[in-house]
Parts: sequence; C-alpha cells; structure tokens
Amino acid sequence: MIATETTPLLRLGQVGRTHRQGQLEVQALRGVSLEIRSGELVAVMGPSGSGKSTLLHVAGGLDTPTTGNVEVDGVSLGLLSTRARAALRRRTVGYVFQDLNLIPALTAVENVMLPRELDGVGVRQARQEALSALAEVDLADLADRFPDEMSGGQQQRVAIARALVGPRRLVLADEPTGALDSGTGEQILRLLRTRVDAGAAGLLVTHDARHAAWADRVVFLRDGTVVDATANDRPESLLAGGRDAS
Amino acid sequence: MSIRQGLLALLGEGPMYGYQLRQEFEQRTGGTWPLNIGQVYTTLGRLQRDGLVDETDRREDGSVLYALTDSGRTALDRWWLTPVERGTPTRDELAIKLALAITSDGVDVAAVVQRQRSESMRALQEYTRLKARIPDPPDPQDLAWLLVVDSLIYAVEAEVRWLDHAEQRIARRAGRAAAPGRRSRSEGNGDDDQPEGAPAAQGTAGAPSAAGARARTGVAR
Repeated sequence: MIATETTPLLRLGQVGRTHRQGQLEVQALRGVSLEIRSGELVAVMGPSGSGKSTLLHVAGGLDTPTTGNVEVDGVSLGLLSTRARAALRRRTVGYVFQDLNLIPALTAVENVMLPRELDGVGVRQARQEALSALAEVDLADLADRFPDEMSGGQQQRVAIARALVGPRRLVLADEPTGALDSGTGEQILRLLRTRVDAGAAGLLVTHDARHAAWADRVVFLRDGTVVDATANDRPESLLAGGRDAS
Repeated sequence: MSIRQGLLALLGEGPMYGYQLRQEFEQRTGGTWPLNIGQVYTTLGRLQRDGLVDETDRREDGSVLYALTDSGRTALDRWWLTPVERGTPTRDELAIKLALAITSDGVDVAAVVQRQRSESMRALQEYTRLKARIPDPPDPQDLAWLLVVDSLIYAVEAEVRWLDHAEQRIARRAGRAAAPGRRSRSEGNGDDDQPEGAPAAQGTAGAPSAAGARARTGVAR
C-alpha cells in the first residue's frame, strides 16, 4: 500500500471538466483543487449549475476530468485502465445519493452485502461485514427487512452502511437528506459525521446550509470554480473565545 | 421576555431559593443568558411587591424560599399562552450594507456577499459543533439547551438563505441591465420574485452575538 495515514483519501488537482453539447462548450468545472483526509468531512455548496454534482462524479471516478488529476487513496485515476479504475472505485469509494438506490427485492443486509460480493468476497464474510456495517448505523435489528418496510431515514442509513461496508473509507454523498424531514435529515448528517469521526473521509454536496454546517470545511462553488472555503478550525480553538466573529 | 417571566416559570414548578433560581435558569438556557444574583433578588423583590410571589420560609442563614401566589400562577399561565412579541425590526446592518454596495460604483458585490456567506457558515459550523456534543436523543436537561442552539442555527441559516436569494436577485438584475440604467431604482419592483418566496430577511441582529454565546457556552460546557 502506497497510502499512509497522511495521504489524502481524495485529492483533486486543478480539475476541469468540459461538456460538449454540439457546438456549445460548457465548462462544468474549472481548475478545482481539493483534498480530503481520513476523519474529514467536506461540504460543497453552490447553486444548481455550479458544478457540484460534476465534482462529485469526477471525484468518484464516475466521470473523467478533461484536465487535471484525481487521486483516490494515493492512486491517480487517470493512470489506471478502465477496469482497474472500476475496481479501485468499488474497493475504496461508497456513494449515497438522494434517490436511495436500494434494490427493492433485496433485504437491508443483502443490499449492504452487494458491493462486497462484487468485490469477490465470499457470501459468509460479506454477510458478516454487512451486519457490522448495519450495526454501526444502528440498524442491526432491521437487517432482514426489505426497503419498502423501512422509513425513508432508515433506508438512507442502509445506504450509508452500504457506502462504508468493508474497507471503504471514502463516502461521496449527493444531497443525502433530499426527501427527508428536517429531524431525520439531521440524524443522517449526525451519522455521517460519526462515521467520518471514526476514520472515514466524506465529501458532501448540498445546497442546505444547516447540513453543510456538519462538515469540517465548507467549499463554495460558483460557475465551476471554488470561490471560497471556510477553514478547518477545531471546536476547541473556537470555544476558547480567542476569535471574534464580528 | 424578561427575567421576571423566567423566574415565574421556574417557580411554577415549586418553591425555590434565590440561588437555586439563578442556577436553574442558567442551566436550562445553556448559559446563553447569564444572570447575576443581584438581578435575581431585585426581580424577586418586585415580584413580591406586585403580589406574584411570596416568602414561604426563611432559613437561619437568611436565604428565603419563594413560591408563586395565586395571582402569580395566573400571570404565569397567561404568559405561556401569549406569543412572544416581535420587536420593531432593528436596522439590519447587512441588508443596508448590501443596498449600499449595489448602488455604489466599483464595489464587487459578489465578493461582499461571499465574504458574509463564509462568515455565516463559520458561525453555523460552530453552533453545529456545539449541537454535535449533545447526545441524540437528548436527556431532558440537554433538551432545553438543544433548543437554544437550534434557534441560533435557524437564525444563521435564514441569513445564508437570504444571501443566496440576494445574490440571485442581483445577478438577474445585472444580466438585464445593459449599460444604461445601472442606478435605476425601478428594478426591484418585485416582478422577478423567486418562485419559492423569499425567506424572512432575518439578520443576526436580534440573536445573541455569536462571539458572546460562544464565550459563555465555552465556560458553561
């Protein structure tokens, strides 16, 4: 393993992404650089059309940058074959989308097992890992329920368990609280925060300031460019009262 | 609301000594509103004068046990059911600043908005960190504190949403206004209102200052 604890789990270096629509060129991302380490939750905020979702797709290897470089766990995605990239993406990255994308015909535990089975892990081990991932999101009791037998919040917790099952340490979340009421949405953020505090790294895309506020760092995206970011301050230093907000 | 109603509310649960009232009050409001013991006794004196509380016991060390009278109980019941009055909106420094920015030459309005948004998000992050320390679900002691923090969070959120809204409004105006009419006042006549409606332009003016709350809570927690 090349990666060490200090290697960012995700590094974007001067990433640009241009979509071509006929004669028209749309620059969705322009020179975006970003690093996320273990234990860090970063939120990206911006209006629709600012490039948030493209950023998330590029970061997770679901889309390829036109310029610049994406490294996941110390490995540059651009240097990998399509196949190797897919494998790295599956081993390292988990996704939580607004639409839950749970498979309705599979139980909670089967949904969480799925990525591990795709990894080639045996059924027994996949099940064990899935159960412990479900326990971490406080859903051990509901492992055998089908998605439509669960509330929206519970389903989204299953999606988070699935995103972080096995060795996965990077979770990419796109408006993960979309359809949930404010109390349930907050529980999802709290959970994401807990999983990140336990050693994962998270990239959260949202337009909701209250949800972005759970992040260590908030990055503001406008027209495909990072226009500003809040510093990664630790609460201790803030509570000491040394800094004045005025 | 005043300390007066706060003390009545606490005495509504049963007789208490002055020092107890102060302790309870601060604990339940998460230390966001510190009282000094002098304020508590002055207020108790006035409540007694007005016939709303009475002494029920006096210990040897001189500390007095206070209780609600019947008219105190009535006043308390009435207070619970009376909505908090909105004060006259204070002049919102931020709104005025933006209004001046868009009408002044050579001011990068987008930068002004973004600077403020980053600062508001920083405050929101701080409050959220305070909240993250409260167990979920909270025990009754923490619930009161949680509500106070939530209220700070929603106030800052409103500011961030207002900034987003203002930014869009300004951008649309800039898009439509070609060279002339830059200073035209007829632009903001409401025909370009957001479909989702503007969130109340509620600044932080009414809320306790972020720095103040932070310093106090830092001590309290």
